Amino acid sequence: MSTHEGTLAPAAPTGGLWSRETRDIVVNGLWTQNPGIVQLLGLCPLLAISNTVVNSLSLGLATTLVMATASGSVALVRNFIPHEIRIPAFVLIIAALVTVVQLAMNAWVHPLYLVLGVFIPLITTNCIVLARVEAFASKRSTAHSILDATMMGLGLTAVLVVLGAMREAVGKGTLLSGIDLVLGPSAAHWVIPLTPGDYGGFLIAVLPPGAFIGLGLLIALRNVIQARGA
Amino acid sequence: MTGSPHVHVGNTSVAAVMAKVMAALIPGTIAHAWFFGPGIWVSLLLCGLFALVLEALLLRLRGLPLKPFLGDGSVLLTAWLLALSLPTLAPWWLYLIGTLFAVVVAKHLYGGLGQNLFNPAMVGYAALIIGFPAYMTLWPGPIGAVDHSLTLWEAFDLVFAGQGAVSHDAVTAATALDTWRTQTRLGTPVDDILTRPMFGWIGARGHEIVAAMYLLGGLLLLSARVITWHIPVAFLAGIVLTSGALHLIDPAAHADPLFHLFSGAAMLGAFFIATDPVTAASTPRGKLIYAGLAGFLVVVIRTWGAYPDGVAFAVLLMNACVPFIDDYTHPRVFGHKRASKP
Repeated sequence: MSTHEGTLAPAAPTGGLWSRETRDIVVNGLWTQNPGIVQLLGLCPLLAISNTVVNSLSLGLATTLVMATASGSVALVRNFIPHEIRIPAFVLIIAALVTVVQLAMNAWVHPLYLVLGVFIPLITTNCIVLARVEAFASKRSTAHSILDATMMGLGLTAVLVVLGAMREAVGKGTLLSGIDLVLGPSAAHWVIPLTPGDYGGFLIAVLPPGAFIGLGLLIALRNVIQARGA
Repeated sequence: MTGSPHVHVGNTSVAAVMAKVMAALIPGTIAHAWFFGPGIWVSLLLCGLFALVLEALLLRLRGLPLKPFLGDGSVLLTAWLLALSLPTLAPWWLYLIGTLFAVVVAKHLYGGLGQNLFNPAMVGYAALIIGFPAYMTLWPGPIGAVDHSLTLWEAFDLVFAGQGAVSHDAVTAATALDTWRTQTRLGTPVDDILTRPMFGWIGARGHEIVAAMYLLGGLLLLSARVITWHIPVAFLAGIVLTSGALHLIDPAAHADPLFHLFSGAAMLGAFFIATDPVTAASTPRGKLIYAGLAGFLVVVIRTWGAYPDGVAFAVLLMNACVPFIDDYTHPRVFGHKRASKP
């Protein structure tokens, strides 16, 4: 990548909206190069916060938003950033955007903000954000960069949600618990109980080991699907 | 592995070794049934049954032949060790989940017999103690310390129906390790703690005899050359040195080494669990380091940890270090200079 030296080649030829390239970006983000279960990037929030569906979805979407805006911004200014100091510049851009998201969540979904706590600012250090900026957005057109980051983010969110659902169902016997933190107290009855009354819960599922075991099972599942398809 | 010459020591097939280890567990198991009632037969039966079924299922899934693997007794030994480390009056599904973690997660997901990084029985125990801490306290009290001595039928009833004619409260009791931990943290004087019914002559009441029987079984294994002296000696030495040092510093807060040796799973761990040939270090010096540190960790976890006994976590932590330990303790091969590791 040192050959690009500021005079980055223009983005690969762009076709129609559904060109082959666009389709590749979408499939890569959601499946082939899924950040959660293929690249194994961004594991810190994946493992720490994926104990319920609501937490997973919220942090996943927040990360996606940061990724899309960060990739878009970097793609816009990529020709003005000196190559040698690109990483600090990228991190500053990402940190600024994360701060915006953090303040927004503090303002509009304050209870959720309290639950997710330190993991919102930690999006800045999430490798997947920097990885997409460095590997994709610093070399490609703005539109493709935003699409790539969005798809990568949604791929990560999907893994987070599935993992969150597994852990919440096994560990608490519910789905969507904590939804009232996002949509207000009126949504409290949206919580879906899966087990009768006195389910004590398999505590290990909501504790950190459950995240690792669940992620291992998801990776195994994907490998099986991949092997069958090949 | 040590360098040559290698001496042949009779039948060392997996089945023969497993049979000897299981034979050595018999005295301890009988003592367990004598002091803690017939619950152990129920949990042993359940763990053994679940283990055989899960093993068969996994062998089927992996396309391996059933007979050689089911017949070698290795999965039964795992189930037996798991049953001996679990409280015996817990609900039946607890044994199912424990066996599931031991046989499926710890053993087969890592590649089956001989490939597992972690001791299967201890993985099963660890999953349960983390996942269901409340059920893991359902230890029957030792004979003489509880109001009611269970019959085999009542034990079945408790395990399958939860509440039968007798309640858990009438037959379960806090273990000596638990009592020691909570009471010393509350500041109860040691003399007062030691007069409580769960304490025996030197260790936990009843359990000290069970531990002595494990010790006897372990000595039989040593004399049959199924295990070498390195791991048990280093494991017990680790416990004695660590707890002895703590006891010398503050006898009011730390139990003496004999108590540590004869309560909880110390003896079972020293001779039957830490010695698992698959997950233990394999070089003589490595075994000393591995087991010595495991013994040290047992006392550390018992003293400052939040869980009832430290043997499982100590062994699992040291299992994780085994590749590292083995790599650094290669014995010198004859004719080679002692290699200086980079």
